[in-house]
Amino acid sequence: MEVGNIIMYFVIALAIIVFSVLTVTTRKILRSATYLLFVLFATALLYFQLDYEFLGAVQIAVYAGGIVVLFVFSILLTHKPGEKSDAIATHRRWLGLSASLLGVGACGYALFSQEGFCTKLLEETKSLDIAQIGNFLLSSDKYGYLLPFEAVSVLLLACIIGGVVIARRR
Amino acid sequence: MDLTLLMYLVPSLIMFGCGVYGFLTRKNMIAIMISLELMLNSVDINFVVFNRYLFPLSNEGMFFTLFAIAIAAAETALALAIIINVFRALKNVDITEINKLKF
Repeated sequence: MEVGNIIMYFVIALAIIVFSVLTVTTRKILRSATYLLFVLFATALLYFQLDYEFLGAVQIAVYAGGIVVLFVFSILLTHKPGEKSDAIATHRRWLGLSASLLGVGACGYALFSQEGFCTKLLEETKSLDIAQIGNFLLSSDKYGYLLPFEAVSVLLLACIIGGVVIARRR
Repeated sequence: MDLTLLMYLVPSLIMFGCGVYGFLTRKNMIAIMISLELMLNSVDINFVVFNRYLFPLSNEGMFFTLFAIAIAAAETALALAIIINVFRALKNVDITEINKLKF
């Protein structure tokens, strides 16, 4: 494995860790959304590094381009700019901190006790091109995804109708 | 030094922990949605990394992530519509203040 790849990995991992901690600790909600955007970009870079180009592009287009914009719009509609949220109550903070640290500790112990995970290396594969992805998505064979594809399209239709019904002025 | 499977799982684990912390401590509904996005994103990373390392010849994890992203987008859009509607009725997005289902 070349050095550039390793440096890239450390940049991505550091960005993910730092910005996800900042997302939940900052008290200004608009900054929180901005840090979320950085986390999502770092995730897209991680997908590119693992040779899933299409998935990285989808991540940028849907998450960074769609969801974060929705978040920013709804934050600007419901908050005064520059407004700080109240400080978190102490018992609430301890509850959240202990729950998340317990979960991370248990999962981390499980991960580090698996010896295979520490030695498993990346195998060379050729990445999937767009034509193959399209064939997989629209085939009904053993490894085809026609049914979930159609189910997602129905779900998105339901989402559009639900959005219109909720946002309609009564 | 080589990049092992574990090294990709650690950032994802920390991201999930941050999501849990934010979900439990925040009182603003939009901040809770942002924490939820963090958790969903870390699960997506796990799917892709396990697929790439343990089963490099198949693509199930990648397609599952693709559908998970689509469903997460739909869910966020609806939840934000509901939050804005609640704000229009009550002028507030604090979950401790919103305790009536019908108003």
